[in-house]
Amino acid sequence: MEDPGLYPYQPWRGRRPLAWPGGRTVAVWIAPNLEYYEADPPPHPKRKAWARPHPDVVGFGHRDYGNRVAHWRMAEAMSEHGFPGSVSLSVALCQHHPEVVADAVARGWEFFSHGITNTRYAYDMSPDQEREIIRDSIETVLAATGQRIRGWLAPALTHTLHTFDLLAEAGLDYTCDLYHDDQPTWITTRHGPLVALPYSLEVNDHYGFIVYRMSPDEYADALIAQFERLAVEGAGTGTVMCIPLHAYLIGQPHRIGPFRRVLKHIAADPRAWIAKASDIVAAFRAQVPPPQSEGAVA
Amino acid sequence: MTLDPAYLAYPRRRYGYDHDLYSWQPWPHRPPLAWPHGARVVVLPVVVSEFFPLTPSDRPFRAPGHMATPFPDYRHYTARDYGNRIGIFRLLDALEARGLKGAVAMNVAVAERYPALLEAVRAGGHEIVAHGRTMNDVIDSSLSEAEERSIVTDTRARWAALGEAPSGWLSIARSQSWRTPQILKDAGFTFTLDWPNDDRPWRFANGLINVPLHHELADRQVIGQLGALAADWARQVAEAVAVLAGEGGRMLGLELVPYVSGLPYRIAAVERLLDTLLARNDVWFATPSALLAAWAEREP
Repeated sequence: MEDPGLYPYQPWRGRRPLAWPGGRTVAVWIAPNLEYYEADPPPHPKRKAWARPHPDVVGFGHRDYGNRVAHWRMAEAMSEHGFPGSVSLSVALCQHHPEVVADAVARGWEFFSHGITNTRYAYDMSPDQEREIIRDSIETVLAATGQRIRGWLAPALTHTLHTFDLLAEAGLDYTCDLYHDDQPTWITTRHGPLVALPYSLEVNDHYGFIVYRMSPDEYADALIAQFERLAVEGAGTGTVMCIPLHAYLIGQPHRIGPFRRVLKHIAADPRAWIAKASDIVAAFRAQVPPPQSEGAVA
Repeated sequence: MTLDPAYLAYPRRRYGYDHDLYSWQPWPHRPPLAWPHGARVVVLPVVVSEFFPLTPSDRPFRAPGHMATPFPDYRHYTARDYGNRIGIFRLLDALEARGLKGAVAMNVAVAERYPALLEAVRAGGHEIVAHGRTMNDVIDSSLSEAEERSIVTDTRARWAALGEAPSGWLSIARSQSWRTPQILKDAGFTFTLDWPNDDRPWRFANGLINVPLHHELADRQVIGQLGALAADWARQVAEAVAVLAGEGGRMLGLELVPYVSGLPYRIAAVERLLDTLLARNDVWFATPSALLAAWAEREP
């Protein structure tokens, strides 16, 4: 396979205007990944969950710090500066650590699914198996929070060729799995169109701190530079900036201060539309009709 | 394609963890804790003292910091030895010049091989934490129970022969098996520094205590792995302590590696960091046992 055929090429130049509410130029959304990593998951034939034999004390303990301690620090900083979360949720967190999920609900955050846990990978799942984790996600989040999820970020970013078809089949509106654009785009599936909402690898705190080894201040500076450029360019046609976070990284005591500097900077800028994922998807859908997909089945 | 149906079963999807080692305790659901002396945060300096045999055992895996070039890797053997000959004395001097005591997590082979270093640690009033025999003593779940027990009990016996009975244990590479908390308890240890998941001590299901040692703020991590300059590492630590003090009732276990922060061009950053923290007046520098005594009174 050369091209998965998800969307047509659409160059940046010459795009039709996309307007955000109030004349804002850049939609900013924060995606805290509230995840459960199992200490002892079953092995997957294509990917190891942990570098070391179980229990991987440092790997598991680091992520456990996110739920036990750092979530609350990260969430408080967001609330203080007026940023809601659009949560990428390992839905089994509703069972394992319901206090964390309840805290997100109490703060008015919304949820989309990030799989059952972050140590179960979708690679090689049959359509029925993947259909089942989508069904489980919808039902689990509905039962725990009263919210019907509208979106998806594949568990640990693991996919099959059926993933987007199955999301559309289940009636979901958007996916955060594709990184081809600074605006929402329509993708075509066998079950109709689905919105690809810009998430981010490049300004994900995991990339900032682990892949690019940035210091806390360097990461904060990167987020501000990302925001400034997208705010300028969004004057022509609205852009999207996502800040994907993991409490075990951004919620560390040496990082939260520089991150608060970012939140303060963005909150004070009248070009920023501080939004939730579903608000951005709704604003996009209201302006850009879905393509007529040849592959769509009624 | 299809996966084994067992891959989609979640027999331990339940309240708490999918393991039984310790219980889930989200921070806001715990009572506030006031440290002695009006301190808002406890800083626990943990100096490590490691002996890397020239031939790594690689079983079950090679510990971080171990030999890196083909045998004989004199470059890393001696660069690590520098830590025990010189770097550690710079760190101990930096603490002692300020009236501070910390923990020294030492391979028992270091104590046996370098009695003058053991004497210096004792004379400074620092607390010895058992840290295996050598850096070849990595534990994980691939070891047999007998092999793991022999590492722990032999380490303890060799400390006893030196007249020491450490209460604490730090695993090589902070790696444990499922059995380790029980084996440590059976051997007479009361706490471990292995799990980096909290800002406070906590108890395993079997009563063993974990005192968290910060993983991401270790000099070895920030300077050695992330490539920061010493001054930037020190700024990050000071920032963390300020945040933790603002929140109150927290601790920071700070790992100091002699061959990293004990180098001539880095030691001043450690000294300035200690001065910065002392100037705050809300930091209590403690040994693990002093910290645990205060903690156990408050969270019995």
